Amino acid sequence: MTTSIVANPALPESAIKAATRRTKQRLTSRGATIASLVIAVLWTIPTIGLFLTSIRPEVDTLRTGWWQIFVNPTVTFENYGNVLFGRDSLLGPFINSIAISIPATVFPLVIASLAGYAFAWMKFKGRDALFVLVFALQIVPIQMALVPLLSLFSRGITIGDSVIYEGLRGAGLFSQVWIAHTIFALPLAIFLLHNFISEIPADVIEAARVDGASHGQIFFRIVVPLSLPAIASFAIFQFLWVWNDLLIALIFATGAAAPITRALAELTGEFGQNAELLPAGAFISILIPLVVFLALQRYFVRGLLAGSTKG
Amino acid sequence: MKDLLTWIGTLPPLLQVPIIVGLFLAAAAGIILLIEVAPRPGRKFTILRFAACVVIPGLAFLLLGSVWWAVGVAVVLGGLFFLLDYRSREGKGYIFALVGFLAPAFVLLLIGLVYPTFATLWNSLLSNRGAFIGFDNFVWVFSQPQNLVVIRNTIFWVLVVPVFSTAIGLAYAVFIDKSRGEKFFKVLVFMPMAISFVGASIIWRFVYDYRPADRDQIGVLNGLVTLFGGDPVNWLQQVPLNSFLLMVVLIWVQTGFAMVVLSAAIKGVPIEQVEAAQLDGTNAWQRFWNVTIPSIRPSLIVVLTTISIAALKVFDIVRTMGTAYPDTGIIANEMVTLLQKFEAGRSSAFAVILFLLVLPIVIFNARQIQKTREIR
Repeated sequence: MTTSIVANPALPESAIKAATRRTKQRLTSRGATIASLVIAVLWTIPTIGLFLTSIRPEVDTLRTGWWQIFVNPTVTFENYGNVLFGRDSLLGPFINSIAISIPATVFPLVIASLAGYAFAWMKFKGRDALFVLVFALQIVPIQMALVPLLSLFSRGITIGDSVIYEGLRGAGLFSQVWIAHTIFALPLAIFLLHNFISEIPADVIEAARVDGASHGQIFFRIVVPLSLPAIASFAIFQFLWVWNDLLIALIFATGAAAPITRALAELTGEFGQNAELLPAGAFISILIPLVVFLALQRYFVRGLLAGSTKG
Repeated sequence: MKDLLTWIGTLPPLLQVPIIVGLFLAAAAGIILLIEVAPRPGRKFTILRFAACVVIPGLAFLLLGSVWWAVGVAVVLGGLFFLLDYRSREGKGYIFALVGFLAPAFVLLLIGLVYPTFATLWNSLLSNRGAFIGFDNFVWVFSQPQNLVVIRNTIFWVLVVPVFSTAIGLAYAVFIDKSRGEKFFKVLVFMPMAISFVGASIIWRFVYDYRPADRDQIGVLNGLVTLFGGDPVNWLQQVPLNSFLLMVVLIWVQTGFAMVVLSAAIKGVPIEQVEAAQLDGTNAWQRFWNVTIPSIRPSLIVVLTTISIAALKVFDIVRTMGTAYPDTGIIANEMVTLLQKFEAGRSSAFAVILFLLVLPIVIFNARQIQKTREIR
């Protein structure tokens, strides 16, 4: 997922709303109305089509288009039953997705907020240069890191014959995926959280320091509570990113650890085989990000407007 | 460490989550507690700091499964670090706290991004068996006709996707601006952003689906074609049309992004300027072209460049839509395919080419962002 710094995140939402209300009116012109309706319909139909396909009986799906549901309305949830509990169930991969996404969201958040605090409120030599370096790491496409990281995980590090790091050698079901996602999230996470943390008024931090608070206390008592909005928006972002990821899953989540994206991608590969699971399976995989997204849209958009490139 | 992970790996997946997150949070709390307690003045705390400096690196290397001399080196370095911190100008314990905050992130970044980047650069000069072969992998990339198709397709992706997503997103943002139900309209187009590329590709597979002419079509596109009396087309077999049909999927996803960002930018255009232009008797089109566009130009550029970067890196669409279709390959997908065929050298060469293609766009993007900030 990519995003960028664009609009003015500092502009309070209330101001935007007030300006909108002041000039609220009909769509600019009839042509514009039609054009926007056409775009809206074009953008929604494919998803609706998939949903309707997923609730039609399999025999109908194979024979006629989903729009026939309006002529011949037969609705069944059998497909969902098959996907979840049938032969070649996608329930396992679905649960794997949850088991991968939650830790892979928590880890980078904690690590990045620690680093973000140090970059924002601790003075040390070379701080700015180091921060630029971390920012620059976002440039590196994940593709660049895959091969060496994979061999690091499987073979470890040795100097001559002496083992420095024995490697994971397949230890743990999800450990590789968690670590990979954590690492690839860090540059963006540090950048985002630093920007937010550094905007906490210096007076607040200074006052705490005068009262004798140490860095640990300032971090825990002041910085974390005040940065909750930024933490929330990054958390949503990272959760969606991990949930929707296929690249890292293909390389690091093998066999029993495969998340639902990978399982679905494999279904599409084998032509015909289990293809009837696809519509319902895809819809289940879409469901969680969609719910998260619709429920927490505000934070997501805020993160989008303040973020930068990732991947 | 390995045994612990192995043990966790044998548990049911959902049980692994609370355990690993709990362990991680406990470790993080330990670090914060150390940062909090250890830098205090006093003999007791000095000893604590010294112990932490020596024990933590030693323990870390033990957990990684190192040989004894490596653990020893780590312990000695930890001791040296303690001295450095003890004599630090900012006061005892300052560097200790600083390292506590930064070390987790830096260790991971060094291992997971910095080292692999250089390793990939080096790998691209090696054969699949690990022998040094200079630029042969790159020669191979640029001499194979099928690779040239891949590179050509990638260039098309970078050119076509950003332009269409941005244009449609901008038009939509302008059309629905200040209209009733704007929020709802936004969600409709923005929703694909939440859908994975895999999900999006499956959605569009069903749109492009093809059945022989004597049967009912189940894909919307062919359904429409036959409705108007045409013959159904096997869309994804048509070169070069199929590449563009795959791009449609990414355009479908990225338009929402362009729309949201540009909509926020449009709302940032000063109302006074628009009203002044209105008083001057300009029509809506002139106002859009002469007032709105110049003031959202920075956002436009950032949206365009961001989507270009996305178009360079996306590989899920081509993979999920089906690799069986002719001439649809792009670099990002080719890289993974080669990796899975254990051709690490050639795969790395493609990764390097991808990096070189992304680099100028990212630098341009970063500069643009910086400029936008300065204006503010």
